[in-house]
Amino acid sequence: MVEITDVVCSLCGCVCDDIVLEVENNKVVKVKRGACSVGKSKLLGHERIKSPMIRENGELKECSYDEAIKKSAEILYKSRRPLLYGWSSTVCEADKVGVELTEDLGAVMDNTASVCHGPSVLAIQDVGLPSCTLGEVKNRADLVIYWGANPAQAHANHMKRYSYVSKGYWTAEGKKGKKLVVVDVRKTMTAKMADVFVQVEQGQDYPVFSALRAILQGHEDVVPDKVGGVPKEQLLELANMVKEAKFVMTFFGMGVTHTGARHNNIVNAIQFTRAAHLHTKASIMPLRGHYNVAGINQVCTWETGFPFAIEMARGYAWYNPGELSATDLLYRGDCDAAMIIASDPGAHFPGESLKHLAKIPVIQIDPYANPTTEFADVVIPVAVSGIEAEGNVYRMDNIPIRLRKILDTDYLPDEEILERILTEVRALREKEGE
Amino acid sequence: MADELLIRNGVVYDPINGVKGEKKDICIRDGKVVDSVTNPKVIDAEGRVVMPGGVDIHAHIAGGKVNAGRIMRPEDERKGVEPKTKVCRAQSGYSVPNTFATGYRYARMGYTFVMEAAMPPLAARHTHEEMIDIPILDNAALPLIDNNWMTMEYVKSGDMDLLAAYMAWIIKATKGFGVKIVNPGGTEAWAWGKNCDLNDSVPYFDVTPAEIIKGLAVANEKFDMPHSIHVHTNMLGHPGNFEVTKDTYDLVKGVKASKDRQVIHTTHTQFHSYGGTNWGNFESKADAIADYINQNDHATIDIGSVILGDTTTMTADGPMEYSLYQITGRKWTNHDVELETGSGITPFLYSGKVSVHTIQWAIGQELALLVKDPWKVALTTDHPNAGPFIGYPIIISHLMSKKRRDESAEDMHKAIFDRAALPSIDREYDLNEIAIITRGMTAKALGLHEHGKGHLGVGADADVAIYDMSPEERDAGKIQKAFLNTKYTIKAGEIVVKDGEVVATPPGRTIFVTPECDDKLTDEMMVTLKDKFAKYYSVTLNNYPVQDAYLPNPYEIKAPWRS
Repeated sequence: MVEITDVVCSLCGCVCDDIVLEVENNKVVKVKRGACSVGKSKLLGHERIKSPMIRENGELKECSYDEAIKKSAEILYKSRRPLLYGWSSTVCEADKVGVELTEDLGAVMDNTASVCHGPSVLAIQDVGLPSCTLGEVKNRADLVIYWGANPAQAHANHMKRYSYVSKGYWTAEGKKGKKLVVVDVRKTMTAKMADVFVQVEQGQDYPVFSALRAILQGHEDVVPDKVGGVPKEQLLELANMVKEAKFVMTFFGMGVTHTGARHNNIVNAIQFTRAAHLHTKASIMPLRGHYNVAGINQVCTWETGFPFAIEMARGYAWYNPGELSATDLLYRGDCDAAMIIASDPGAHFPGESLKHLAKIPVIQIDPYANPTTEFADVVIPVAVSGIEAEGNVYRMDNIPIRLRKILDTDYLPDEEILERILTEVRALREKEGE
Repeated sequence: MADELLIRNGVVYDPINGVKGEKKDICIRDGKVVDSVTNPKVIDAEGRVVMPGGVDIHAHIAGGKVNAGRIMRPEDERKGVEPKTKVCRAQSGYSVPNTFATGYRYARMGYTFVMEAAMPPLAARHTHEEMIDIPILDNAALPLIDNNWMTMEYVKSGDMDLLAAYMAWIIKATKGFGVKIVNPGGTEAWAWGKNCDLNDSVPYFDVTPAEIIKGLAVANEKFDMPHSIHVHTNMLGHPGNFEVTKDTYDLVKGVKASKDRQVIHTTHTQFHSYGGTNWGNFESKADAIADYINQNDHATIDIGSVILGDTTTMTADGPMEYSLYQITGRKWTNHDVELETGSGITPFLYSGKVSVHTIQWAIGQELALLVKDPWKVALTTDHPNAGPFIGYPIIISHLMSKKRRDESAEDMHKAIFDRAALPSIDREYDLNEIAIITRGMTAKALGLHEHGKGHLGVGADADVAIYDMSPEERDAGKIQKAFLNTKYTIKAGEIVVKDGEVVATPPGRTIFVTPECDDKLTDEMMVTLKDKFAKYYSVTLNNYPVQDAYLPNPYEIKAPWRS
C-alpha cells in the first residue's frame, strides 16, 4: 500500500489539491484526507464504460478503439455542420486539440459554460469582473455573501477551504471573525449557517441588486419599503454590513445566472460590487461547476479569441452566443452531427434541443455511461483525468493546477483520442483530394 | 531541406558587432550564424536592410490578464480576424490578439524574441501554457516578486541573503527569467483598496516601496543574473510622477551590477515622466528623465510609446487600473493574487484631440530622442497598454523623420506645442540606432546577447530580418510599411516569413534562468515558505512549481551565486 499526497481532485471548480490517498494494486482503497464526500466517491471510482462501442441496428456493439475512432472521423468529416460540445471535465491539453479539430472541420464549438455561467461571461463582456484568487478570500474576507448558490451541498469544501469557515492571515479566528450572508429563494443548507438570510422572490434578484446599489451610492431615499420580497430595513442592514466590512466577497451561482433577467442579473451583481468598492474592498466570483469549465473558457479564448459559442466555418472564429450556443443550435436543428466530450447534455439540455440531438449521429467521449450514452452512435471510453491521466486545469478563480496521474490504465486519454480523430479526418480529406 | 542558408548582398545593421550598414553576406548552418557555407540555399537580399531578429524587452502577450482582456473584449477580438491558411491557425484580436496571431504578427515585423513582462507566480502555468501556443517566437517571462509577503518580510528584517534565496526559489519555481517589480507595496495595499507612494509604509507590512526596490536590486546582484531588476515604478500615470521615477533610480545608484549591464531597467517610462499637479496642467517631463539617464550609467529605460486609437490596458498595478476605470467609466476587470500580486484591465482610447493623450504621445518619442545614447533606450509600447505591438513601425517612422512628426503634430491637440518638447526636437534616428533600440540594446539589457540573441556574429542564433527597403529610404510611409512586413524573417535558420506572409510556424523556445543558491540558505528560507503554504496559500507547496511539461522547448541559463 502506498500513500499519495497532494492529489488534485477532478470533480468541481474548487479543485482541492491537498488530498491524501491510499493506493493498493493500482486501486484507490482509501481517501484519507482532503476530499468532500462527492470528490471521495469519484476518487474511489465507480462503474465505467468497458469498451468502445458503435451502434448497429439500434444496439451498441463493442468494438476496438481503432474502429470507433475511424467511425467518429467519418461522421465528422461527412457532416456539413458538426457541433463539438462539452470540454469542461477534461484537461486543457485535450481542449486544445478540440479547438484544432473545430478549426479543421469548420465546426461549431461550445462548452458547458453555455448552459451554466455563460450569462456571467456575457456580463463580464459588458462590465468586466473585479475579482481575486480564493486565497485572497481566505486571508482577508470578513464579509462573505453567497447569492443564488448553495455551496454546502454543491461545492462542499468551498467554505472550509476558501471562505467563511477557513482561517487565514487576517482571519485567524475563522468564522468567528466573519459574517456570512446568504441570498436565495429558499432556506438552503448554506442559508441555515448564515448570520443574515435574505429571502428574495423568485426572479427578483435584479431589483434587489439595484436597491443595494442605490443605498451604497447614497440614494436610499429612492428605495421602496419592499424590493423583490426583501424589506427595506434588511437591505439597509446588508448595505451597512458592506460598508463596515474590510473585504467583501460575493460568490454567485446558477440561482442568479438562470433566473429573471439572466445575464443582466450578473451585470447588476458586478455593478453592486463596484458600488461596494466606493466604501471598501469588494470582489465577486462565479462559483464554477465542473473542475475545468474555467479552463475550456481560457483555452478557447487564447486560441480563438472567444470563450464559448464559436464557429470556424469562415476559417476564423465567429462568436455568437444565442445562435451558436449548443442548446439554441440544436433547438433550431442547425447541426447534422455532434461530438459530446466530457459532459452530459442528455441529462441537462432542454427536451426540444435533445430531440434533434437524438436524431443526428452522436459521438460520445467519456469515462462513464450517462443519459447521453442512451442515444450515442459511437461511444469512446477514456482515462479519468486526475486519476489515470495528468494535465492542466483552471480552478474557479482561474488558478492553473496540474492534475496528477495516480493509477495506470489501458484506457486512452482524451487528448490522444482527439488527436487520432483529427489525424483520421485529415487522412480522409487527403484521400478525397480536397 | 537545406540546412545551410546564405543571405547575399544585404546591407547589414548589427550594432552589437559594430556593423553599421555594411554590404555583407550572412552564412547560416543548423540554425546558427557561421563563417562560411558550402552548399547553401541563397537569398539575394539585393541591397535591402538586414538586421538581427528583433528582441522585445517588454510586452504582455501571454497569461491570465492578457486572456482576461480577451474574454472581456469580444469587440477587440473581432477587429483582428484573419482566416486560417495552409500553415497558419485562425487569427483574432487587435490590441489583444490570440496566441497564434501574436506569433505571426511579431514574426512579420522581423521579431524573433519577446519577453512576457509580468507573470504572477501562482498563475505561472497559465503564462507558459499560452507561450507554448505562440508560434515562432522565442520567449521568456518575468515573475512578479515585489508585492510578495516573503519579499516584504525579508526586506523588513533586512536579511538580504534570505531574500536572495526566496528570489532564486520563485524564479526557479515559475521557470521565470528575472525580477519584475510592479508598483511595489502598492499592489498589496490595493488588496485593501489603497495604494502606496515610494516612501509610504505598506499597510501591515511596515516596509516602504523604496526599501523593496533597493532590497530586490541587492538580491538580484547576488547572482550572475542576465537581467537587472525590471521596474514599473510607483505612481504610474499620476501627474508629477517624474520625481518618483528619478528617486527610484537614485535608490539603486550605489548597487554594483554583477555583470556588465544596468542595475535597474525602468519600463514604459513614458507613463512615469509626467509633470504638473493635475490633468489641467499636465506636462511632459521627458527632458528631466532623459537628463538623468544621460548623466548616469546604472539605469536603462524602455519608452512605452503611445499609439493613437483604442487599446486594452492591463497591468499588475491594480490601483492604477481602478483609477483609469474611474476616469473612463468603461469595463474594468481586477484580479488580486494571494500573497503575491494583483492585476487590473480596462479598455482605453488614446485620442489626438485630447491634450493629455497628445502629451503622452509626445513623451514616449521625446524619451527616445532626448536620451543621447541609444544603448540606454528600448522601443516598446508596453503592448498593449500604450498601444498594440503592431504599432512599432509607426513609432520607427516618427523617430526617423522629423517631417513625419511635424505632420502628425499638426493634427493633434495644440497642447503638444506648449506642454511637450517634441515639436522642438530635430534629431532623427538612423537605421543603426533603430537596430540598437529594437534588438542590440534589448538583447544586451536582458543579457541575451550572450545566448545568441540580438546580433549576427558567428555562433549567434540565425534569427534575421530582411526589410524590403534600401538604407537610403527617407519616406516615412515607406519605412513604416517595410517594418510592418518583412521581405524575409528567418528564425533559427528557417524562413518563417516571405514577402510579408508567414510560410512556416516552428515552435519557439522558452528561455528560463536558474539562480543557483546555497542549499543552507534555501533550507532556512524554506522553513518560512512552508509555513506560508501551510497557513495562507490556497494551493499546496508541492503543487506550486511549474512542471517540466509546460516547457516543451526549454533553454536554461544558469546564474551562479556571486557573493
